Order: sequence, then structure tokens, then C-alpha cells
Amino acid sequence: MSVFSQPAKYKVIYIEAGGQSHTVEVAEGWSLMEGAVKHLIPGIDADCGGACACATCQVYVAPGWEAKLPPISEMEATMLDFAPDVRPNSRLSCQLRMRAELDGIVLNLPKAQHV
Amino acid sequence: MPENIVIIGAGQAGAQALQSLRAEGFDGPITMVGEEAYPPYQRPPLSKAYLLGKFERARLFLKADAYYAEAGCELILNSLAVGLDRAQCRVELSDGRKLAYDKLLLVTGARVRRLKCPGAELAGVHYLKTIADVDGLQTEFLAGKRIAIVGGGYIGLEVAAVGAKRGLDVTVFEAMDRLMARAVSPELSAFYTSEHRRAGVKIKLGTGVEAIEGEGKVERVIAGGQSYGADLVLVGIGVIPCQELAAKAGLGCDDGIVVDQHARTGDPHIWAAGDCTRHVGREGHALRLECVQNAIDQAKHAALSMVGKDKIYREVPWFWSDQYDLKLQIAGLARPTDRLVLRGDPKSRKFAVFHLRDAAVAAVEAVNAAPEYMIGKKLIGDGRKIAPETLADLSIPMKQMA
Repeated sequence: MSVFSQPAKYKVIYIEAGGQSHTVEVAEGWSLMEGAVKHLIPGIDADCGGACACATCQVYVAPGWEAKLPPISEMEATMLDFAPDVRPNSRLSCQLRMRAELDGIVLNLPKAQHV
Repeated sequence: MPENIVIIGAGQAGAQALQSLRAEGFDGPITMVGEEAYPPYQRPPLSKAYLLGKFERARLFLKADAYYAEAGCELILNSLAVGLDRAQCRVELSDGRKLAYDKLLLVTGARVRRLKCPGAELAGVHYLKTIADVDGLQTEFLAGKRIAIVGGGYIGLEVAAVGAKRGLDVTVFEAMDRLMARAVSPELSAFYTSEHRRAGVKIKLGTGVEAIEGEGKVERVIAGGQSYGADLVLVGIGVIPCQELAAKAGLGCDDGIVVDQHARTGDPHIWAAGDCTRHVGREGHALRLECVQNAIDQAKHAALSMVGKDKIYREVPWFWSDQYDLKLQIAGLARPTDRLVLRGDPKSRKFAVFHLRDAAVAAVEAVNAAPEYMIGKKLIGDGRKIAPETLADLSIPMKQMA
């Protein structure tokens, strides 16, 4: 495969509840959940693999980034309602797709994904 | 020498067990053996986004390739375990290699049930279980083609939905008198039948396929005594647990490798988890579950038990299916004798069916209704009694019932 067909990659900074920070590259179009799982970031369970069926990939979006994200769908909002320790900046990372505007986005991870 | 663990099977349960063993502090060598060419990957997208071409293959894999080495796991792919010598604690692989183990985890999964009618071996007859299956199906899964789907379960209907979207001419043949009969209530079956028909999918209920005919490749399907022209066939008639290795070695098997609530087999050195097992469920009955939830949760419990931290497996099972823009989420296991309570109007394409048993929620089927699913699952776990009138009342938010 030629290098030109590779999707662009952008930076994501995942910060574990304990403060440990991980800077990784995530391909355009991939979800920020997948970015975490593929890079072995502890703190994202994502049991359903991104089908918005389990609410175990919650992240807290750092200030300044929320406006760049797509609005929360009804499905995501209702699933989020039942995740543990939900905050106003909570999102389900399986519903967030990587794109250029999100280069450098900072996501804080909750202590646990299961209630 | 630290003790070592061998994991037979490289699917969702295998990947979870590996992750959990390391998380629980097991630091001995781990070897994982997989029959397919690929490291553990997600199967659910195969019949959905991956078939639709909206999900590149690299995204299917559960872990980054580097994970296995980092986790100290030797991954042996394209290899089948063909023999198990329990006296010697050794597994023999198809390439003749022998692996010694101190502890063994069987996560061998399930294989598709094959169609047995005349013509079942013709070119153009497909199954859907692996990446290779979908890649094979893709070459014929083209707009304008006539696809006959044998079996109106999750796999058949998800493929039907993708086929309709892709412009195929889709006919589903279901031998039972309703769709997804093994998995959902009659109310849900009726709803999904009408949704598929609305999308242009032809649904033939109570119609078993008697033969597939054609010169060297599929040309028509004979079902219910009638002939239907077809260019390809997709068979989705269930799976069979891969228990041969265990059975040959004398482990208890009964339509699944028999395990207890800690995923232990009768051999103190051997555990089993996922689709391949028959275990005692939270309601006290022996059952076999074919789903991601069971693969993940039972593998976690197996890992706990393998490191000496036994915990009883009693998680509420959950399932999901994506067809068109409908997200079906199910929690719990329904029985035909349950009292059904409808919440919401199926015409709004957003509703739930609660299954009440002894006045408590035993199962919930939710269509585009995440709160009903999430709270329903919690109610099942709690086992608390709840009035059917409350569940049915849309003016009472689900959150208030938690």
C-alpha cells in the first residue's frame, strides 16, 4: 500500500485517573475509543467494541475541546446517563471520530468504567 | 520455574483472559493458540459495518499487534489444538508441536452449523463467522444480486439489512413461524418482520430450505416446495460449541464444555470460557451463551479463578443487534411464561418490552431505547419487584425506577 493511501493521523492525549499521561496518534476516522484500546491505554473497557451498547468508554473532555466535538446524540446521552461518575464534560469515546480539528485533544479517563 | 498458562483459542474470550490474567498479577509465561490467521478480533461488526464496507479490517482487532509481545504472550496463529493429554498436561497442535501447561484455558468458541440439504456444497453458499468468510461473501455481495438468506436470526437479519442497503434483492427463509424466535419475544419478531418488509426484504416464515440447485453454482433455492431464483446464499442457522478437544480428553461435555460458576472444568488444571461452555447461570440453570458479554465476563472469572481469586460468575447477560437504524439491546434471559409489559409504541420505532417473572424484571428488549435497556439491566441485577403499570407509564422516566 502506498504511503499516500494511509489515513492522516492526529495526536490524542489520554490521561489516566491516576495522572499518567499517554500521547498517541490516532488515524482519521477512527474513534477515540479505538485509539485508546489499540494503544493499550488502561481505563477504557469498551466491552461492545464501539456499538454504543455498553457505556464503558467514558472520557472527560478537557476544557476548550468540547465545542469542537459533534453534539451528543440521544443514544449517547442516554447511555452516558448510566455510566459511573458522569460529569458535564463526559462523552462516550466510541462516538467521537478523529479528524484534523481534534489534533492534540486531551481526554481524562475515569477511575472505573463499570458501576 | 514460574507456572505457565496455555490459552487455546484466540477470540474475544482469549484476549480478555490474557488481559485479565496480567491485570490480576499473573506474571508467568502465557501462550495463546489461534486457528485463524488473525490475532483476536471483534466479530460483531462482521455482519454489520464491516460487511457494509464502512469499517476497515485494521479496526476489527481487539489489541494493537504489539500488545501480545508486551504482555509476554506468545501468539501461535494458523494452528489448531488437536490433542489434549491431561495426564501429561500437554496440548498437541496441528503442526505436531506439543505445548506443556501448568494451567490450561479453553476458549475454543463455536463453529457455524452447516446446512445439510442437497446443493449445500455448491459454490455461492456462504457462512458468516470469520473475517475470511466475510471477505469471501463480499466478492458476490453486490447491488442487483439476488441473495437467499437461510435463517432469520441475528446473523441472517443483519446481513439482510446490509444487503437491502447495498441494493441486493434479499429473501430471508425462516423455518420457524417468526423471526429471531430463539432470541426475542413474539412482539419483537413482528416488529422486525414489518421493518424488514418495509425495507424491501422478502420474509418467508415457516419456510425451510429443502435444496439449493444450480450448475456448479447457486442458481435457485427450493423452499416450501417453491423455487426461488438466487445468485448467492448466506446460511445463518446457529453455531455449535467447539468441544471436541475437551470431549476427547474426557472432560465433561453436554452441548458445551461443562464448567462451574468459576469457569472450572472437572480437571483442576483446566478452565473454559465463552461460547464453547455450558455453565450454571445466575438463575441456577445450566445454559450456553453465545455472546460478547459471556466471552468477556466468563473469561474475566476464569482468569480470577486461575490466579486463585475465585469469584462467582453471575453477571446479567446482554446482547445487541444493529439492523437499519434500529439498535436492539437485550438484557437478561426471557422465558415463554414471562408476563410481557410494553413501554412505548412500536410505531414510533422506539420502545421496550419488559419480561416480568415473580413480579420482578427478568429480561428487557429495547429498540432505540437505551434508558429502558440500561435501567432494565439494573433492575434485573437487583431482582427488585416493580409494578407493570409503572414500567408501562411513559410519564415516569426510567431513571426514577433505578
